[in-house]
Amino acid sequence: MTLLIEAVVAVLLVASGIVVLVAALGLTRLPDFFARMHAPALASTLAAWIVTLASIVYFSAQAGALSLHVWLIIIVLSITAPVTTIVLARAALFRRRQAGDALPAPLARAPAARSGTADAGIEAGMRSTDATEQGMPRKGA
Amino acid sequence: MNAMLPWAITVTLVMYVLAMGLGLLRLARGPTAQDRVLALDFLYVVGMLVMLVLAIRYDSSMYFEGAFMMVLFGFVSSVALAKFLLRGEVIE
Repeated sequence: MTLLIEAVVAVLLVASGIVVLVAALGLTRLPDFFARMHAPALASTLAAWIVTLASIVYFSAQAGALSLHVWLIIIVLSITAPVTTIVLARAALFRRRQAGDALPAPLARAPAARSGTADAGIEAGMRSTDATEQGMPRKGA
Repeated sequence: MNAMLPWAITVTLVMYVLAMGLGLLRLARGPTAQDRVLALDFLYVVGMLVMLVLAIRYDSSMYFEGAFMMVLFGFVSSVALAKFLLRGEVIE
């Protein structure tokens, strides 16, 4: 193994360690749950990509041929991480509505899209709060 | 100069352990249940990264299967826990 490949692998590994540490600090220090949800995505995207790249470089240099099987982890992770995030965010939103706590501000949408079937797929709790929060005067205007 | 890679692997593993300690802090302290699920998911991801670094450390591609299993089980357990928080039961 040449010195160059060793240096590349070492730099990639330390960079992934720094990224994971930043993600853990965000998970610990951010004030709100929906803000905290952003931090672990850093570990499951950027850090996983960097470690996979380091692993591909290392094992390709060891075998003398391109070995890409670690790439499978990235493919699976990039499918599963958004699903986990969306399901967990919906669960947190639902539980917060059940508890009656303060909700994050609703996203601004065009009034035409609000009354139609755009909300049909969203759960019943979201529809009921849409009705109570926005109410009648918005619809008349 | 030849010891650059073992040094980098040690530094990386120490950083991962620190990150897992912070994740455990959130897991123990987190005010709501969804915080704990988020911390558990984070611990799964960091454990998978530890497996990949150990594959380089011990020069064995057997760790790859372990890391792959950790990705799959982490996904299934996180989704099951989030479903439990949403509905009160996992399979209905």
